[in-house]
Formats: sequence, structure tokens, C-alpha cells
Amino acid sequence: MMLPRWRWWFLAALFLAVVIAAIYLPILRRNIKQAAKLQQRSEEQARRELTQPTVINPSDPKVKAKLFWASGANDGTLSSVVVELPLASDPVLRSKQVLNTLLAGPVDTELRTLPPDAALLAFYLLPDGTAIADFSEALGTSIPSGIESEQMAVDSITRTLEANVPQVRRLKILIHGQEVETLAGHLDLSQAFVVNANTPIGPRAATSSPVPTSEAQQLTPAATTVKLAASPDKPATKP
Amino acid sequence: MLLDVGRFVQKTISRQPWLPLFVLAACLAAMRVAAAQVPQQQSSAPPAAQHPPTSPAVVPPPGAATPSPPAQTATTPPRAALNIVVLDPAHGGTDLGARGTGGIHESDIVLEFVAQVRTALESQGFQVVQTRQGNANPSFDDRSAMANAQRGAIFVTLHIASTGTPGTARVYVMNDMAPGADATGLIPWDRAQAPFVSLSRKLGDQVQGLLAQKFKGSPPMAQMASVRQLRTTAAPAIAVEISSVTVEDRTQLDHMAPGIADAIARGAAAFRPTYVVPANPGERP
Repeated sequence: MMLPRWRWWFLAALFLAVVIAAIYLPILRRNIKQAAKLQQRSEEQARRELTQPTVINPSDPKVKAKLFWASGANDGTLSSVVVELPLASDPVLRSKQVLNTLLAGPVDTELRTLPPDAALLAFYLLPDGTAIADFSEALGTSIPSGIESEQMAVDSITRTLEANVPQVRRLKILIHGQEVETLAGHLDLSQAFVVNANTPIGPRAATSSPVPTSEAQQLTPAATTVKLAASPDKPATKP
Repeated sequence: MLLDVGRFVQKTISRQPWLPLFVLAACLAAMRVAAAQVPQQQSSAPPAAQHPPTSPAVVPPPGAATPSPPAQTATTPPRAALNIVVLDPAHGGTDLGARGTGGIHESDIVLEFVAQVRTALESQGFQVVQTRQGNANPSFDDRSAMANAQRGAIFVTLHIASTGTPGTARVYVMNDMAPGADATGLIPWDRAQAPFVSLSRKLGDQVQGLLAQKFKGSPPMAQMASVRQLRTTAAPAIAVEISSVTVEDRTQLDHMAPGIADAIARGAAAFRPTYVVPANPGERP
């Protein structure tokens, strides 16, 4: 019995469709997987990518920067490592450069003081020498819990700034733009940390009344916003 | 007659003329003794009213729980000596603290450690107040409020680290803080530790010295750190951190508990004579 002609054509079309599907479906699946991966990037990762490019200008003079990581003695002490970096003379850019290098970690990852997935989101310097460093949430969530580890993390940041950016007198740490009570349940982040106690206040600050210690210690996000709004985008204190 | 007293007295005096002098001397002596006892009673009775043990010397933060006196101290009149230790097992509730690979949680272990520390302190004659008994998680301010409500107390917060050489213990005291007082002369809550920093350091060094003897590799002196819990505590206050939750076998930590308890109790006892408790709440040490 002979099949009608149109049925042959129908079967042939079906066969062709199956062949095309067999070729196309794996490609489609691969594309979907790639798209899903892209969507999985957290908001913080995306923000990190946006804020990351703290341009290290190769024309900047190479400076021997001192970075503080764990000493390896497992006793909570830090030791300095000298790294040659082309650092900007601008204190805000310079701070970002040294902190990003600190976050990148030492060659020996056991000596890290900050979590590898933590990022510096923003850095500001007020005229009175108070710096505000805004870190990603990973700084608080990925750090090993404990007084020792949290103290080491903050010490490594403050001592690195002290050694490389003399304009920074105090440091206030924010997490994802917010003031938090502790870093990971122990160390107090509600107060500003002393970095360079002896640094003279910049020329602009000399015209205005310096922020008393008590006021600096009680910086709130609201207060910070007001102060930042009053300062231009460019760093307030020039070297 | 029984009522003829005048004749009886006249007769007695005529027979024994020294008797009135003896009675007069006895009366004078009795009056003198009575006069001496009255001021002593006045100085021992009123302090409960003058120095209520529950009145904190610091300005409480807005929203902080009003401190209530513990049952142990409610009936005890305040003494001008260190006799209370406020023990703080850190974390609790949903806050597990440091977590080890073997399922060890800091919040559970510190509770067990605190039980042993409590026994050791009580054997040294201290009253012990705990900031939490079970799996609760009071706020930092609520824990501080329990210490700030006491008079003549020290504060010890206990932690287990997730770093450090296993088998060592470290004592932390607060960094130097700028002292401050508001218009009323009270200590601001957020800097309550400021007047006590040097005393805390003395206490910390006492305890750390004993810990270093028991646990090799521990530092000889207390270290300074900006510990949130200590900042709002208006009493000599230390944080003891034990390493660590990363031990493979939980018994390694359990073996440390008696040594930790003994060091804290003996350190507190050694610190007791050096701590002159202010006469009135609100006075700086």
C-alpha cells in the first residue's frame, strides 16, 4: 500500500525538525547556563567590579609601600611587608591603592588578615583627617569570628594606612555603607580608630573648627552624609 | 510596808552611805555605753537607702532594659568591697559565635565553661551573676546593664576564638578611652568603661599571668582591643578568649575549663584588695 505523497512530505519535515532540534538544543542549553551564571552574580560582586578599578597609573613614582599582614607566629601579631607600588600622591587614591593591595593578600594566603572576597567599596577623607572606608559585607561575614582575628583585621588596615598615608588621622569603618556595631560580633566598629595621632590637620581644616575626639568617635551615617555633602568629589586634603 | 520606800531608802543610806554613789556611777556608765552605740547603728542601717545597689552610675542608653538587681544581692546590704563577679557567656540564641568544623558552637561551650568558672569563684567567696543562663541572647547593652547595676563588681566575658594556637587563652581589656561626663556628672553609657580602664588592665594582667602559667604559649600580659562588650561596662572588665573551636576533638577544649576557671577565680581574688570600691554610686574609681 502506497502512502499518499503529502504524508511523505510530512514525515520528511518531521525528520528534519528532529535533526535541527538535536543540533540546536545543546547550544540553547549552553546559552541558558551561561545566562544563569551571569544572573547569579551578586549585587555586591557587580558593585565590586564597578568600584574596583582604582587605576594604578604606571607613570606614578614607584614607592616602597609597607603592608601589614599576619606574622605567621599564630599569636595575633602583624609584620610588615615592603612592596614596590606606583602610588598616587593624592591621599584618597593612595589609600584605595594600598587597601586594595592589602585586600588582595600576601603571597602566602595563610597570612591573610582580611577575607579574600571582601572589597573596598568607597573611601573618603574629611578635612580633619578622618577617613571613612566602606567595605563590602564579606568583611564582616567571611572573617573568622573572634576578638583576635577581628582585631588583626582592623590593625592591618589602620597600620597600613598609618605607614603609607600620613594624612589619615582617624579611620571609621562602614560595612556596605552602613555603620555597624561590631565587625563580626566582637570588635567595636561604632567608634573611629586612631591611625596617625600626630598628623597635623590639613590647611582647609585649620580654617574650620576641628572635630573633637568625642564627635569623631560618634560619627553616624547621617552625620557622615552631611559632612560628605559639604566636601567636593575630589579629596579634601591635598598632600 | 512595801510602799514605805522613803523610810527604806533612809534606813539603807544610813547603814551603807557608799551605795548612792555606786548607783550614780552605774547610771553614768550605762548612759555612756548607750551613747556610743547609737552612732554605730546609724552608720550601718541607712546605706541601703543612701546607696541603693540598683542605681547605676551611668546614663543608660535609650531603649536599654532597666537593670534589675539579682536575687542574690537584693537582700544583701552593699559592702564597700569587691564581692560580685558578673559572668558573661558570650553570644547565644541565634548567634552561635565561632563555629568549628566538628559542629562545635562557641555559644554552647562558653555556657559550660561559665558553670565551672562560677563554682571556682564561689569557692573564693564571690557572688556570681550570669548575664544569661540558657540559650538566650541579651544585647550588649543589656549585659552591660547587669554589671552596671551592681556595686563592687567586676565583669568577665568569656569567648572561644576560631583562630590562635589551640590550647592557649588570652585576656583582652579595652583600649584607652577618652574620659567623658555629661552635664549631670554621670558617666556616658557609650564610654562607661573609660574610668575603669586602668583597673581593668590590672585585673587582666592578674588573670593573664595565671593563664600563661597553665597554658603554655599564652601571652604573659593582657592585650588591648576595642571589644564592644567592654565599652559600655562601668566596672573593671575583661574578655577571656580561648583558642579554639578548630580543635578536632572537643575534649581538648573541655580539658581547659578547670584551668580557665581557676585562673579567673584566683585572679579576681588577687585583684580584690587593690580595688577600692567608690563609696557612692556615680563616683569614679
